[in-house]
Amino acid sequence: MLHVGLAHFLAVGALLFALGAYCVTTRKNAVGILMGVELILNAANVNFVAFGHYSWGGIHGQVFALFVIVLAAAEAAVGLAIVLTLYRHYKTIDVTRAERLEG
Amino acid sequence: MIGRMLAGSSNPPGLPGGGRDGLVYEAKDLFGLGQLSDFLWYALAALTVGSAAGVAFSRNIIYSAFSLLGTFLGAAAMYVYLAAPFVAITQVLIYIGGVLVLILFAVMLTSRIRDVQISNGSLAPLPGALGLLACAGLLGYVGGSTPWHEVARPEMIDQAQALGDGFLSTYLLPFEAASVVLLATLVASVVIARRETDEEEAAGRSEAADRGGAGTPPGAVRAGGRAAHGPPATEEV
Amino acid sequence: MPNAVEIHWAWLIPALPALGAFANATIGKKLQDRLGKGAVHGIAVGAMVLSTAVAWAYFAVMLGTPAEDRYLHQTLWPAFAAGSLRVDLAFALDPLSMMMTLVVTNIATLIHVYSIGYMAEEPSYWRFFSYMNLFVFSMLLLVMGSNFVILFFGWEGVGLCSYLLISFWYTDLDKARAGMKAFVVNRFGDFAFIIGLFALMWGLGGSWTGQKSGGLSLRDGYAASAVYAPLHDGATAAEAEAMTPREHGIAVGPTLDFRELRAEILAPETGILTHLKTTTIFGLPLVAFVCILLFGGATGKSAQIPLYVWLPDAMAGPTPVSALIHAATMVTAGVYMVARLNFLFALSPAAMTVVAAVGTLTAIFAAAIGFFQVDIKKVLAYSTVSQLGYMFMGVGVGATWAGCYHLLTHAFFKACLFLGSGSVILACHHEQDMRKMGGLKDHTPITRWTYAVATLAISGFPVAAGFFSKDEILWKTFTTENLAAPWIGPVLWFVGLVAAAGTSFYMWRSYYLTFWSGSYRGGSGHGEHAHGGEEGMHEAHAPRESPVVMTGVLLALAAGAVLASVLGLPSAWGFTPILESFLEPVTSASRDLLHFSEPGRGLELFFMLVSVGVATAGWLVAAWLYKTGENPRPAAWLAKYAGLHRVVFNKFYVDEIYAATILRAAMWVKDVAFWFDVHVIDGLVNFVGVVVRFVANVDGAIDRYVVDGLVNLTAEAVLASGRGLRKLQTGRIENYLMTALAGALAFVAINYLVH
Repeated sequence: MLHVGLAHFLAVGALLFALGAYCVTTRKNAVGILMGVELILNAANVNFVAFGHYSWGGIHGQVFALFVIVLAAAEAAVGLAIVLTLYRHYKTIDVTRAERLEG
Repeated sequence: MIGRMLAGSSNPPGLPGGGRDGLVYEAKDLFGLGQLSDFLWYALAALTVGSAAGVAFSRNIIYSAFSLLGTFLGAAAMYVYLAAPFVAITQVLIYIGGVLVLILFAVMLTSRIRDVQISNGSLAPLPGALGLLACAGLLGYVGGSTPWHEVARPEMIDQAQALGDGFLSTYLLPFEAASVVLLATLVASVVIARRETDEEEAAGRSEAADRGGAGTPPGAVRAGGRAAHGPPATEEV
Repeated sequence: MPNAVEIHWAWLIPALPALGAFANATIGKKLQDRLGKGAVHGIAVGAMVLSTAVAWAYFAVMLGTPAEDRYLHQTLWPAFAAGSLRVDLAFALDPLSMMMTLVVTNIATLIHVYSIGYMAEEPSYWRFFSYMNLFVFSMLLLVMGSNFVILFFGWEGVGLCSYLLISFWYTDLDKARAGMKAFVVNRFGDFAFIIGLFALMWGLGGSWTGQKSGGLSLRDGYAASAVYAPLHDGATAAEAEAMTPREHGIAVGPTLDFRELRAEILAPETGILTHLKTTTIFGLPLVAFVCILLFGGATGKSAQIPLYVWLPDAMAGPTPVSALIHAATMVTAGVYMVARLNFLFALSPAAMTVVAAVGTLTAIFAAAIGFFQVDIKKVLAYSTVSQLGYMFMGVGVGATWAGCYHLLTHAFFKACLFLGSGSVILACHHEQDMRKMGGLKDHTPITRWTYAVATLAISGFPVAAGFFSKDEILWKTFTTENLAAPWIGPVLWFVGLVAAAGTSFYMWRSYYLTFWSGSYRGGSGHGEHAHGGEEGMHEAHAPRESPVVMTGVLLALAAGAVLASVLGLPSAWGFTPILESFLEPVTSASRDLLHFSEPGRGLELFFMLVSVGVATAGWLVAAWLYKTGENPRPAAWLAKYAGLHRVVFNKFYVDEIYAATILRAAMWVKDVAFWFDVHVIDGLVNFVGVVVRFVANVDGAIDRYVVDGLVNLTAEAVLASGRGLRKLQTGRIENYLMTALAGALAFVAINYLVH
């Protein structure tokens, strides 16, 4: 087997991203979609840190990963608040059913 | 073993000069297949990707949520391998301690206990799967075959301090912007939640009046009061 | 170069009045409405008192410093840097600045106090005090600024405040117009001033880009090392300091700082002296050109011929304003500037001659107009113009200290006269015509006595300060050897002496007309000068003495007018003039350049006697004609020489001449421009309009048939494609995401393949 290198991390990132994208595009459940988004963000983070480690040096990759984590937390909070609101309005979190624009 | 692993984590294998000086990292070829830390890495990568697959494919959303735990932990381990302990710890703290808990709450709050099967229904799985394969294949191929520019990394002594310096010097502007975003998030969440609470209260009041004064606690998620607002939604089973 | 003393609180002196002005401008009206006028003048006078205290403290510091080191300096921050020029916001207190600062702060404080009484019935009390404080701030910048830029800032600031205060009662069109006149006339002077400044900078080798300009070349005696390097923007003061080449410790190059300018001109090894002397501009020697233009600025601010015309009209402002701005402080700015630049003016006998001659001419010209004025404030205004002429005579003939001394004494006695006239005007219910006064000596005793003391001072009797300063100026004028030709000095001396006699006459005339000449002639109450809102406020028609805040100030100023004699007791009497030695660090700059003949002490004493003699003569004539108010001769002479009187009474028609020449020329230019506009430019515009209309018609046809067709075609195409693409809009977010993802992947693939 090969020694672990940048390509390995990229492969993990690619898989995470693909799975996240699948999750986002196929789920009907709003919470499921949010989970997919989290997967995609994690994939990006792995790539950031990996490139930062191998290709760039220094802390720059990590800084961006940290920003992504912070914004992901914010996104999760707001996204889930919206999901709860959605649920209270429609009594469902099936995104295919929440079609009406007016509250 | 742990010491070696940690030592290996700060000097990941596969790089020229990365711990090959024999001082802290002893290259050990197990079964002629590779080094211990490589095996460990593969195991953790499998955990990460496997859990992610669980998230993506599980029929039950609760299982998806718990699988997410594995993904986050695996990603944290990746960061440790990439000599980014601070990011790893932040990942554990925020993703697992914060985001995952939020998601679990959301799952619990939006699924009624009386629903026997907690659905995680999906649509069009076939094109999704095709997209998944194309995406993973293309990205993996590109990532694996591109000759990425690699540098000899300087020894990183005190990462937390370096990060702190970076945030308050080079990255001060995004740092401040992030703080603004967080504040906006906080306010937005409060606003969203509060408006709903008020409506619930109003609905609760009118309902209570209808029922002759038997009040229900405001803000509670109830099956009743549906008539007061929102369409008569069909239960998703 | 002598050492400078760094000080740290000099900024308080101008900052306190600025703060007071700001406070009254912002919250003054509310304070006045809620807490009464006490709060308003509390702020204004409080700021002035504190500022004066700081000024006195630094005076004490200065006295404790060795004479050659008397240069208190404070740099606040760099104001700007342009090319090789750096200008700091810096204050400097050398003996001259110190004297001016003390005069400004003390007189201004007294006049602020006086205004409490004088303006008591003014509705916009807060606005008045805000302007007054702002004026003091500007004036202090003017006298304390260590460089031309700060001086010019203050120079314009006092001009603005002068305008604001002259037209303080702006609802009266005449007063508003007087303010505008002052402002516009001053613009002429300021224009000359700033051109002179530019010429000076050019002469010193300054240029916009930091490279040396045409005015300066190595041949002119600049040592190679002394040609300054361009300073870069953003360089710190220390870096700039290090980059400025020095010759014997003196920074060489263009500078606006007075001290640096003086140092580099005075040190012959810098070569600047030679350079300035040999350079010519438009065929004129550069120094003379610069000095005359700078003096042009002074003629505007200090009301000299030909720009004096605004000052008499400026009497439209409230009387304390006339006293503070148009007598004691602002109008002396020009004298201060010439005194400050004595080392520069001393280089050019031509410029000195111009200054002295203009000053002398103004002195006698204004005195002549003053003879027959009937408005008490107008008399004082012309006497101010005349006295300013004396000051310029002093600085012009090279007697810098004498000019400054006259400035100082004049500040006291003229402020006293103006405030006295204000007190009279108030007593006579806003009547300014002396023919309607008379007999006030019994009604307003304090005002009368202080006015008499100040009149003694101005007309030159050796009991009060005016005598010593005026006599020193006349003596120096007689003995000067600094003018273009030796005979000019004695001629100017003679003219000055005649003007002194005239001064004595018209000042005593105003005194007798106001306080003697029978009994009070007003009686009927409100005069035409009564301003809005005050009619009917005075119940009693008999004149009354003013309140104690006003009379107290009058007493203080009269005392000052007498006590200031101590500062300049003449050397002919065996004294050493205190002010002369105090100002020595400033005047020493030109000491070697200026020379006076020494005809002997006997002649000087004789000239003093002559001075006193002509002053007494003027007094006696005035007393004879006007004391009783029953002498028929004035009226008879007026009838006999009606033509002459009309000419003089109408100020020699200077305003009319200006209207007929300069104003008319300007109007003619305006008319020509208007004609050109109507016939040429409008014709062109109309022609262009016709062409454009034709083009537009053609264009319209193209538009209608070609462009519209294309547009409609495009619209149809978009419509059709929209019909087709509508099917893609499913409204499902997953589909969109999928599409976006596919696009992103396509980009990755293409990017990879291309590379």
